[in-house]
Amino acid sequence: MTSDAQGFFELAPCGFLVSSQDGTILEANDLIANLLGLPVEDLLGRTFASLLSVGGRMFHETHYAPMLAMHGEAKEIAFDLVAADGQRVPVLVSSNVAGNADPSLVRIRTVVFEARGRRTYEQELLRARRSAEESEARATELATTLQESFVPPAPPNVPGLEFSAAYRPAGAGREVGGDFYDIFQIKADEWIVALGDVSGKGVKAATVTTFVRRTIRALSIRDADPVAVLHDLNDALLAHASDKFCTVVLLHLVHEDGRWSVTASSGGHPLPLLRDADGDVRELGRPGSLVGAIAETSAHASTIVLDYGQTIVLYTDGVTEARHADGSFYGDARLVRVVSEARHGPHAITEAVLDDVLSFQHGDARDDIAIIAFGLVRT
Amino acid sequence: MVFAHGFGCDQNMWRLVAPAFEDCFKVVLFDHVGAGGSDPLAYDPVKYSSLQGYAADVVDICRELELESVVFVGHSVSAMIGVLASNAAPGLFDKLVLVGPSARYIDDGDYRGGFSASDIEELLVSMESNYLGWSRQMAPMIMGNAEQPELGRELSDSFCRTDPAIAAQFAAVTFLSDNRKDLSKVSVPTLVLQCLSDVIAPEPAGEFVRDAIAGSTYVVLDATGHCPHLSVPSATIDAITPFVQGP
Repeated sequence: MTSDAQGFFELAPCGFLVSSQDGTILEANDLIANLLGLPVEDLLGRTFASLLSVGGRMFHETHYAPMLAMHGEAKEIAFDLVAADGQRVPVLVSSNVAGNADPSLVRIRTVVFEARGRRTYEQELLRARRSAEESEARATELATTLQESFVPPAPPNVPGLEFSAAYRPAGAGREVGGDFYDIFQIKADEWIVALGDVSGKGVKAATVTTFVRRTIRALSIRDADPVAVLHDLNDALLAHASDKFCTVVLLHLVHEDGRWSVTASSGGHPLPLLRDADGDVRELGRPGSLVGAIAETSAHASTIVLDYGQTIVLYTDGVTEARHADGSFYGDARLVRVVSEARHGPHAITEAVLDDVLSFQHGDARDDIAIIAFGLVRT
Repeated sequence: MVFAHGFGCDQNMWRLVAPAFEDCFKVVLFDHVGAGGSDPLAYDPVKYSSLQGYAADVVDICRELELESVVFVGHSVSAMIGVLASNAAPGLFDKLVLVGPSARYIDDGDYRGGFSASDIEELLVSMESNYLGWSRQMAPMIMGNAEQPELGRELSDSFCRTDPAIAAQFAAVTFLSDNRKDLSKVSVPTLVLQCLSDVIAPEPAGEFVRDAIAGSTYVVLDATGHCPHLSVPSATIDAITPFVQGP
């Protein structure tokens, strides 16, 4: 080495180390010795790993040494040196290997930069990232909890009827959608089934969804007629301090003389499907107007008496408007076919529809999906 | 022979050792889920919250490939993964080669694993500060398929680089594990390879494994560090050969 190069090695503003293949330090310069608070001579014969914190030594063995052995270099690795007085010195380290056919002549050249300021900054970044991740987790939990409040924890036990329901919020669960359903008792032999979709997403839609679901309960207890409930719900939503509207389908179930009658009314919502025992599927009722959009509403009631083997299916547009990767929609016809061809019974039908819709859009649901199916229990 | 890599890198770790056995054995190399060229989508934080999840994969690999009389060679944490796999699937494995094994990394009473709980915490911090350079953009690259040669370079660049969240969980699962009770259930011939100076799996840890597995063979390699298959590949091959070719 020329005297200039020698001087540079010794006095450079970064640490230099030369080690043998097993990490034993053969040469060291002043700066690395100063960082460690040791004379240069004390470094010779020690291994590079022995200068590191225990955690750093583990990283060295499991990552750094293999990288050096496999690639002949390792760059910009963050370590803590442990100085003679026990202080940690954050450094960035890069090494390369001067190969040789004789393993005893292999040399590892290592450059060590002190990185106190850089490490402090990085730790602040890490803290900020951790805090952002925690916020995201909290937001997701909030959205999930909120969304779970839009449906009963499980369909209630209605004597003589068998219910099945499915509910799949859109996407990864970070955002709250507006699909909801409810099944509740209003008198000894009377029940209400409600299923709907509030426009939009997010916190505002969520508060409106909660409002709509509660208002349907309150109104139904006063007057169970679905047309009257939809009318009053329209007024209530127009008076509500939001510009959200919704679609709802309401069913009034009455048990009388051993038979169940179902009165259905839709407020802008896809009509329920009625599947007969032979697999024939038709829509139940007549279309009505959106709820909470304009003062004038139109809604109509249609009543049927449930026969054994019949199943009524309610769903939101997350089913029919599900998109395939090629851009096509799931559509009414496919839904009718799946409902028609499913095995008999509410559970089989719900499961068949849900599975088919999820596979149609390859699990990438852009909208919430809510499905309810029910029929008479076979005695 | 099935070679399993340890915590930190991937199957490339075996490239100086595994070819030596190709003449006499069908050699199987794989990356643990979460490492190397594995599919990141296959990573299930629940399944891989214990070493049993990794052991189940080893058994699955052997069954899928319809392997018989398997010699399992596991480095570092994969030594214990091999112990668990062998105990879980009696009859599937003929022999175990444990390279730098440790049944428990943290000291416990008289037991010397070599680390304290705070040391493990420090490793996690050290890993975190070294993953600053990681970016999500790396992920598709790491998904590369080893059968496609054009991805070879990317794969080698991804060596020792893993999704930080996965690496952190693997580190915690590895270094907080305690498999001391599993050793006595090992019923197949076992070779323990110990490096003379290994900070990850120090000699007392290797001796514990030797003593706990009845009839095991113990060989100390004159090597510094935790990766004899990289630092002294010939000596590693020489130590494994008589054991795997013997009865």
